[in-house]
Amino acid sequence: MTEPEITPELIAAHGLKPDEYQRILEIIGRAPTFTELGIFSAMWNEHCSYKSSKKWLRTLPTTGPQVICGPGENAGVVDIGDGQAVIFKMESHNHPSYIEPYQGAATGVGGILRDVFTMGARPIAAMNALSFGVPDHPKTAHIVKGVVEGIGGYGNAFGVPTVGGEVRFHRAYNGNCLVNAFAAGLADADRIFYSAASGVGMPVVYLGAKTGRDGVGGATMASAEFDDTIEEKRPTVQVGDPFTEKRLLEACLELMASDSVISIQDMGAAGLTCSAVEMGDKGDLGIRLQLDAVPQREANMTAYEMMLSESQERMLMVLKPEKEAVARAIFEKWDLDFAIVGETIPEDRFLILHGNEVKADLPLKALSGTAPEYDRPWIETPAAAPLGAVPEVDPIEGLKALIGSPSYAHKAWVWEQYDSQVMADTVRAPGLGAGVVRVHGTPKALAFTSDVTPRYVKANPFEGGKQAVAEAYRNLTAVGAKPLATTDNMNFGNPEKPEIMGQFVGAIKGIGAAVAALDMPIVSGNVSLYNETDGVGILPTPTIGAVGLLTSLDELIAGQPEEGDLALVIGTTAGHLGQSALLAEMFGREEGDAPPVDLEAEKRHGEFLRANRKLVRAAADLSDGGLALAAFEMAEAAGLGLTLTPSGTAALFGEDQARYLVACAPDRAEALQAAAEAAGVPLQEVGRFGGATVTLAGASAPLADLSRLYRRAFAEAIGG
Amino acid sequence: MKAAVITFPGSNCDRDLATAFEKAGADVTRVWHKDTALPEGVDVVGVPGGFSFGDYLRCGAIAARSPIAAAMIRHAERGGYVLGICNGFQVLTETGLLPGALMRNAGLKFICRRVDLRVATADSAFTSGWAAGDAVRFPIAHHDGNYTADPETLARLRGEDRVAFTYLDNPNGSMEDIAGILSANRRVLGLMPHPERAVEEAQGGADGMGLFRALLGGMALV
Repeated sequence: MTEPEITPELIAAHGLKPDEYQRILEIIGRAPTFTELGIFSAMWNEHCSYKSSKKWLRTLPTTGPQVICGPGENAGVVDIGDGQAVIFKMESHNHPSYIEPYQGAATGVGGILRDVFTMGARPIAAMNALSFGVPDHPKTAHIVKGVVEGIGGYGNAFGVPTVGGEVRFHRAYNGNCLVNAFAAGLADADRIFYSAASGVGMPVVYLGAKTGRDGVGGATMASAEFDDTIEEKRPTVQVGDPFTEKRLLEACLELMASDSVISIQDMGAAGLTCSAVEMGDKGDLGIRLQLDAVPQREANMTAYEMMLSESQERMLMVLKPEKEAVARAIFEKWDLDFAIVGETIPEDRFLILHGNEVKADLPLKALSGTAPEYDRPWIETPAAAPLGAVPEVDPIEGLKALIGSPSYAHKAWVWEQYDSQVMADTVRAPGLGAGVVRVHGTPKALAFTSDVTPRYVKANPFEGGKQAVAEAYRNLTAVGAKPLATTDNMNFGNPEKPEIMGQFVGAIKGIGAAVAALDMPIVSGNVSLYNETDGVGILPTPTIGAVGLLTSLDELIAGQPEEGDLALVIGTTAGHLGQSALLAEMFGREEGDAPPVDLEAEKRHGEFLRANRKLVRAAADLSDGGLALAAFEMAEAAGLGLTLTPSGTAALFGEDQARYLVACAPDRAEALQAAAEAAGVPLQEVGRFGGATVTLAGASAPLADLSRLYRRAFAEAIGG
Repeated sequence: MKAAVITFPGSNCDRDLATAFEKAGADVTRVWHKDTALPEGVDVVGVPGGFSFGDYLRCGAIAARSPIAAAMIRHAERGGYVLGICNGFQVLTETGLLPGALMRNAGLKFICRRVDLRVATADSAFTSGWAAGDAVRFPIAHHDGNYTADPETLARLRGEDRVAFTYLDNPNGSMEDIAGILSANRRVLGLMPHPERAVEEAQGGADGMGLFRALLGGMALV
């Protein structure tokens, strides 16, 4: 088949800038073939190369005694004791989910699950952080329904419990939703599988589903802004098959147990190209592929299509040659494809053969090692203008504005579409705060949370970045877990704009400061840039996924307040209303600075709560909506009314950081007060749980009425 | 007491079901869908939840035609016990061991939540630990749990006291609030809710253990 001629238009259509093309010419000393151009485009796009973000990602703290493997592999690996490790990562599937919500979200889940089990871990928990446009935007309801159904459709069939996540709505996501999928798996610490190939002449084996034309050019699409040609991009979205993924999981884990694998890599973005280059590059080897051997779903596929296909549920492995029969038998048992498609070669070469033609012959290291890296110009985000006067609100009206908004309403509509119980180890299901899953067959449990407050990051990227980490720390602490490590999913607009790059840099600095202070290093992550439509960027959204450890379920704080329990706040309430949820929901104002985050106080207050867990019945972090919203959520979940005594909008709805709400039996309050005094931690009694009425600083409403509003608002906002 | 738990390629509650059987004291063997026979001396076959063959066709339709399903049918026809949960219930209706069908939920959405059930009959090894009318709480997690049958079948199930569990607050549109049914010889139970996910307090409740304990005790009396 004749390949198209390389023209400036074709180069531009591959997302390569003229100077990047010039660099290709310098590296290979000739014009690339069409297939080669496709390979360069796949490897050098933002999604695969991190060319705009690398410089800054390198500044993040990534080490600690608990870290077995930090960023750079498919997922991060963290020690949880007893020879076991938790392996996790969060990754975005934003652009595909906007174009085709069900499949975009489903394959996002599929991709992150493969990242985890390609390292030898059985997935045990998933989360999803979702940002949508406003409910009355014509596309929002369709996207919400498709994304949620797609996440459920894939995760439920695969059989991983979805135990947490976030859902927010904001007009900045009208043309560009965010779907950030997290997965965590469990493995023996001495049985982790990495991607570096080793040994010359070793067979390169293709595993899993057949290759089709779906997703050709997907990674390049994910690295571009959207405009009105978006509908034409639908064919670049992949189609997921969780049934095949489930079989691939089981077959891979059996294969790994059979001591046959030298290295293994899942085929995600840019499929065969990216996975083969990764294994060769990390092992300082070349790779030769004979494409005729690739299992194909469609007839007459070209080398270009096979190298760029993003068909799902595929893996590439370097096999111990003497184990071929063992490995083949495992894949036949699970009715999956197993094909030797190439071998490792000693020289630095990526050689692609199809029929009797050489379709690509490139220096392999140049594809990843010398990929462009940019030090993009950036400008520091200017300090936010001070917050103007905020009128005092009727506290019940303020609470109603929050719980009646889909961002803060009860999310059962979402959670109930996810199987949160499969594997029968879920101790704390999604809904409020962190999810908790037992480590099967041990006394241990792991806690999972994902957090970010994009309004804060926009107003003040540094404090906003810190806050995302601090909130994750608090959510883990509030269930009694010790925070272990973090994955970051950085969603931003066009990095070629200095103000957007400034948001990115500020957020990275804030995240770095917080993970260092709170000892929860970054072990994996993902960057999604160009989240813009027609030149308008999203809110900067660096989603933080974090994992905490409970060495025993005895450490769990998962109770509910009981009638007559006292409500107390750990931490200092100054009444910060800048960028607060109340200000946005009640007055449509997004003004002022983000709340400052005192990392020392975060650490001190978190350690205090963990040390005194036996004295509290229930705990929750205070974040969006402040004391009033957190106390309402805690009381409502227990079917109880509530009386809060602090008066004033700032005291009830302020979003000061480093605070927790705890419910405490009256006969334990004295001991808790004494412990707080001894530790030098502020602790303030703010009210009482009980009755059937919610009373905030004297204003009251029946719990039943508020509960109805809270539980119906989400479905009503998006039309069932 | 010997239990065999089937694994279809898309089963995802097989381990959980095996764990629950073991917790109740059973000796559990895992069997593969391509196996043509059950191990010697199996008393009860567990058909787990999940998405047996992806369930892109009718749920359980392909599983019902697998080699192990044929062995399970022979076991049931000999008077052996079978417990099908969620996708397992769907498989049992597809094999014809239980009547009726599980249609898409009335709300057209997947539903995962804890539901309150009424034990509709205590007259089976599965439910003998309770009295008819007792309330129990199990999780559900399904997209196709809407029990449907023709009027004659429903009348027969009722007349023969073969409805095992009903929903207190019907989540999926099931006819007559049916959550689980028994075979004519009362030794095959299919139910949509997941008792194996409710065998320890840490899971949020242990009502499901009542089923496994009664089953192992009840079978011992045969």
